Amino acid sequence: MVIDILQMAIVLALGFLIMIPLGRYMAAVFMFKPTFADGLFNPIDNLIYRVCRVNRDEGMRWPGYIKAMLLTNLAMWVLIFATFMVQHEPLFAALNPDGQGMMNPFLAFMQASSFITNTDWQNYGGESTFSYMSQMFGLIFPMFTSAATGLACGVAFIRGLGGSVSLGNFYVDLTRGITRVMLPISLVVGIALVGFGIPATFDGAQAATTLNGPLTPASPTAVASPEANASPTPEATPSLTSQGQQSITRGPVAPLSSIKHLGTNGGGFFNANSAHPFENPSPVTNVIEILLMGAIPASIIYMLGIMLDKKKQAWTFFGVLAAFYTAFLAIDYVNEKSGNPLLSSIGVSAAQGNMEGKEVRFGQAQTALFANATTAFTTGSVDSMHDSMTPGGSVTPFSNMFLNMVFGGKGVGFINLFIFVVLGVFMTGLMVGRTPELLGKKIEVHEVKLASLAFLMHPLLIFGFMALTFALQLDLGAISNPGPHGFSEVMYAYTSMAANNGSAFAGLSSNTNWYNVSGGITVILGRYISIVLMLALAGSMAAKKTVPMTIGTMRTDNRVFAGVLVGTVLIIGALTFFPVMALGPIADHLAMVAGQTFQAAGS
Amino acid sequence: MPAWIRISILLFLLCGGVYPALVVGAGQLLFHDKAQGSIIYDKDGNAIGSALIAQAFDKDQYFHPRPSAAGADGYDATSSGGSNLAPTNQKLIDQVKANADAAKQDDPALGEVPADMVTNSGSGLDPDISPENALAQVPRVAKARGMTEQQLTGFVNQHVIGRDLGIFGEPRINVLRLNLDLDAAKPMQK
Repeated sequence: MVIDILQMAIVLALGFLIMIPLGRYMAAVFMFKPTFADGLFNPIDNLIYRVCRVNRDEGMRWPGYIKAMLLTNLAMWVLIFATFMVQHEPLFAALNPDGQGMMNPFLAFMQASSFITNTDWQNYGGESTFSYMSQMFGLIFPMFTSAATGLACGVAFIRGLGGSVSLGNFYVDLTRGITRVMLPISLVVGIALVGFGIPATFDGAQAATTLNGPLTPASPTAVASPEANASPTPEATPSLTSQGQQSITRGPVAPLSSIKHLGTNGGGFFNANSAHPFENPSPVTNVIEILLMGAIPASIIYMLGIMLDKKKQAWTFFGVLAAFYTAFLAIDYVNEKSGNPLLSSIGVSAAQGNMEGKEVRFGQAQTALFANATTAFTTGSVDSMHDSMTPGGSVTPFSNMFLNMVFGGKGVGFINLFIFVVLGVFMTGLMVGRTPELLGKKIEVHEVKLASLAFLMHPLLIFGFMALTFALQLDLGAISNPGPHGFSEVMYAYTSMAANNGSAFAGLSSNTNWYNVSGGITVILGRYISIVLMLALAGSMAAKKTVPMTIGTMRTDNRVFAGVLVGTVLIIGALTFFPVMALGPIADHLAMVAGQTFQAAGS
Repeated sequence: MPAWIRISILLFLLCGGVYPALVVGAGQLLFHDKAQGSIIYDKDGNAIGSALIAQAFDKDQYFHPRPSAAGADGYDATSSGGSNLAPTNQKLIDQVKANADAAKQDDPALGEVPADMVTNSGSGLDPDISPENALAQVPRVAKARGMTEQQLTGFVNQHVIGRDLGIFGEPRINVLRLNLDLDAAKPMQK
């Protein structure tokens, strides 16, 4: 218990220590101030601008910035989709040693949309679907560009808040985010991760003959497997496992693992994602991956303080976010550490907590740290199976994804936070009967409309598609757990996709045409609508006259406003989502403590 | 060709091609064995498995890994994943009960069953078990190998991997390494 708290405190402290220098460096990168690495990066960037015919001095107003962003993302989407569709061709056999077959176009549509939007929801098992070429050009590539797109939009938004009508040049921001922030860090950390045991090879699967040799039929291990129980007919050919054989899939995992977390992407090389020992072999790699996830989203807040020259404002935001972050970590840890009372009652020790779907090397502290980080920073990788979390513990990922602003993803997380800031300022302005002001600009009808629309998109997408799924009974067979938990599976899916998170209650068999199509639409609308609306808001604020600060100005950088912001998030955010929480995790929790279980129909 | 197409193609090649090739190249040079997946070979050079990946054991003389939901019979390293069973799913309770009953058959003196012994891991390939899990298997393994429980307990305790840097994660035992060392130290009579 004490060592668990110590582990969590150390990881949070390390994250804080990274935030300050990285935030300072990123501010220099996006304010075009000299940094120590200019000698290396200037020639590279200039070459990129020359090849791409980018005029780096050309500023873009908000519509131009959005247009460049959307067109570039479209071109990248086409490249990713094309990669998936040709992965099985003999021409690319060198990067397909395990002979992966042709991809279903619906799945390819969903996955291209999922990766370009930084969601990384995965409707497939990586090791059984994607060739190495797809993993590299279809996953690693958008892991950089989607993260850099979000970061660029966040930077542009901050420039607008600072009063600049030109939000910058999208191509320059995209390039600098990749060459000066993401590539160097991913490269160094990626190589280090190989040293900690993550594979980096182009060789195919390794065949092995196990020490034990063939299993005795009807062994206890066979009983332990749910698939073996579920399959109605015995398999015609015995599995490799039962014959004492193992085929160990591997590949260029390390380069994916570092940018997967640094870019808060979350798409796994393997189906089990960061629970897989090849993606996350030890508690140390677990800590590294958590720190990578938090590095840029937290640094953006610090960068904002420098770019706007309003450090106190940045610390106020940071304080609010850190409070939410710590509270959600505690909710997760306490619930998971308490374990599953239904198992305690049949003689299972509660000392380790709820171990179903978790890995021994991580234990509860590292698992809770990861689950909280991956949903707060909208990464979506998992080091445990969230579907097997206790209902109380699952409140943490749900809350992080509903609010979608507890640091949040690259750039977009801050943009989402700003929705609540605008609404909070507006409401307090109404209460005291004064025109609300924010960062020296008046907040008027136009801004409040944009912020409200951006906020409403999120529940609209989640509830809209949930309602369609249940009302029209679309692919209800995809749900794997009976009772309220089954409802939670569908809720988790659309919440995760709308929040561009990508983690899952993975029992849901979502590789169906309905989920592929509705999911593709959800990730795209969830990503771009709020970005477009909020960049419009930034453009509108930039064009306004600055109001001089007087004694009557309501400050937004003190504790009172921090309280207002927390209240706004709780009232608007939490109340919107409370009714569905009652139908899912809360009902599930009440059943669990009452000792009630649920039986699947027909079993 | 406009800038938005040019920059997409250029980044496609840089981030999708050059970057992973650099990491794989450097990783292969600096940490070849780990880059290849920490594969363990026998003295004839045949692959036995990976130190990081659980494999199936069912013989009494070996320590058993955690239950696995990867693939039809578990431990399928081409199909990683957990059971995804909810805490309130009756199927989970039934499975855990069956596993707990089997554990108690091996060690009738066993009180509360260690949780990791009877629950599916997240990946289905968890290479480790908790020290409590290993100790609960000592009576069965000692009997099969003709060792005293005291001897074997000492052997198990030597194989405990502590928390990383003394702080992070949990103490654990790598099942494949433990079983390999056990075979070397106390070979089974053929």
